Amino acid sequence: MSLGAVDPTPIWITLQLATCTTALLFLVGTPIAWWLARTRSRIRPVVEAVTSLPLVLPPTVLGFYLLILMSPDAPLGRFWLTLTGDTLTFSFSGLVFASMLYSLPFMVQPLVAAFEGVGRGPIEAAASLGAPPFDAFLRVAVPLSKRSFLTAGVLTFSHTLGEFGVVLMVGGNIPGATRVLSIAIYDHVETLRYAEAHTLAAGLLVFSFAVLVLVYAFDRRARVRVG
Amino acid sequence: MTRPPGKRRFATWLIFCALASSPAQALADEVVVAVASNFASIAEALADRFEAESDHAVNLVAGSTGKLYAQILRGAPFDVFLAADALRPRRLVSEGRAVEGSRRVYALGRLRLWSGDTDGVAALGPERLASGDFRHLAIANPALAPYGAAAHQVLQTLALEERLEGRLVFGENIGQTYALVASGNAELGLVAASQLVEAGASSAGWLVPRSHHAPIRQEGVLLSREEGLEAAHAFLSFLASDDARRLIEAAGYEVP
Repeated sequence: MSLGAVDPTPIWITLQLATCTTALLFLVGTPIAWWLARTRSRIRPVVEAVTSLPLVLPPTVLGFYLLILMSPDAPLGRFWLTLTGDTLTFSFSGLVFASMLYSLPFMVQPLVAAFEGVGRGPIEAAASLGAPPFDAFLRVAVPLSKRSFLTAGVLTFSHTLGEFGVVLMVGGNIPGATRVLSIAIYDHVETLRYAEAHTLAAGLLVFSFAVLVLVYAFDRRARVRVG
Repeated sequence: MTRPPGKRRFATWLIFCALASSPAQALADEVVVAVASNFASIAEALADRFEAESDHAVNLVAGSTGKLYAQILRGAPFDVFLAADALRPRRLVSEGRAVEGSRRVYALGRLRLWSGDTDGVAALGPERLASGDFRHLAIANPALAPYGAAAHQVLQTLALEERLEGRLVFGENIGQTYALVASGNAELGLVAASQLVEAGASSAGWLVPRSHHAPIRQEGVLLSREEGLEAAHAFLSFLASDDARRLIEAAGYEVP
């Protein structure tokens, strides 16, 4: 696809952001999903609600609270500032942090469903054969949930691509650092540069559509095979 | 004959929805004013005063100037448009959506360099900008917001544009720019003087001299609609009255 006169920097920043967010969310989201799928704890509904909040909250609400949480005046922001010498807001790391919260449900929910589908049987069988819990998880639960890992990863990635409200609040719209694709599109529309807006928006539309078609096609096949 | 309760409840719902969506503009003498967000709270005070002085009622719709402009182009039912700039009212006149000759500057915006302190004790001036001993300076996006364009001109006037390039962060509008500074994320920001009046810190920071940027002219215009014209005329004339001008000045703007 020809990009014409469009500046491609926001595209690269967005792809980097989505990649980092997805990779880190695999590490953070998997244990949360595993715990949620297997716990009988009474606080499970609370944890589940917290992980799903980003689905129902308007991104501006999330962005507003993140702005306060990540500020150098707040503990988290101050900790980051002393650790790295840079503020968490207006930085790429800050965007990754915000995106991880924003996309958390897209990682956790498919994995919880998959782990619940695995059930206790195979894990208990592995345990009775002497497998330590982590081994049982890695060699039994993960291979059985392969497809859901793919779905969760793809959904997280594409959801992060389209992120707007949160990054607008905490990113500061800095060209070359925190100006992501959706903000570039917004700026083009607001300044009536519709040709550039079309190029970027159509690219995002086609890409997101293709991703969803792939995910659903894949999901269907999985279900047919199971049923 | 009794209907099943589910059906009756549904019917009640339908009636409720129909009532809730009936247009409020059906009332006589009501003027619907689309107002730029940065002027919304003072517009409320002005509307109260206007309603007390006349028989007319005012309905305010707040939004960004660009979005309200786009809505008006697509036939939004507004009678008066109080924009945050002069560009959009001018375009509406040339596009035949606003009444020719009705454009009028109702307020002039001023900028303040602010460090987020509301006690007004921190001494600030252009030398702080030149010193560079801060991480981030927040300004509104110059491409989108009139206050951003003015802030950009201030940096050009002070010949600091290049030196501060890596330290600029941009709010989508002046409201978000204020939030970036107030929340402590940006150490400095060029915000609207009116915002600091609203925050009860009217003398905080440094009032940027008006010679440092082109005037931030906020224009109002009468929109071309058939209903409510008389009330709309009355509201626009009220904005030029001494009463209204005093209120606007007290809110941190200048008046023409």
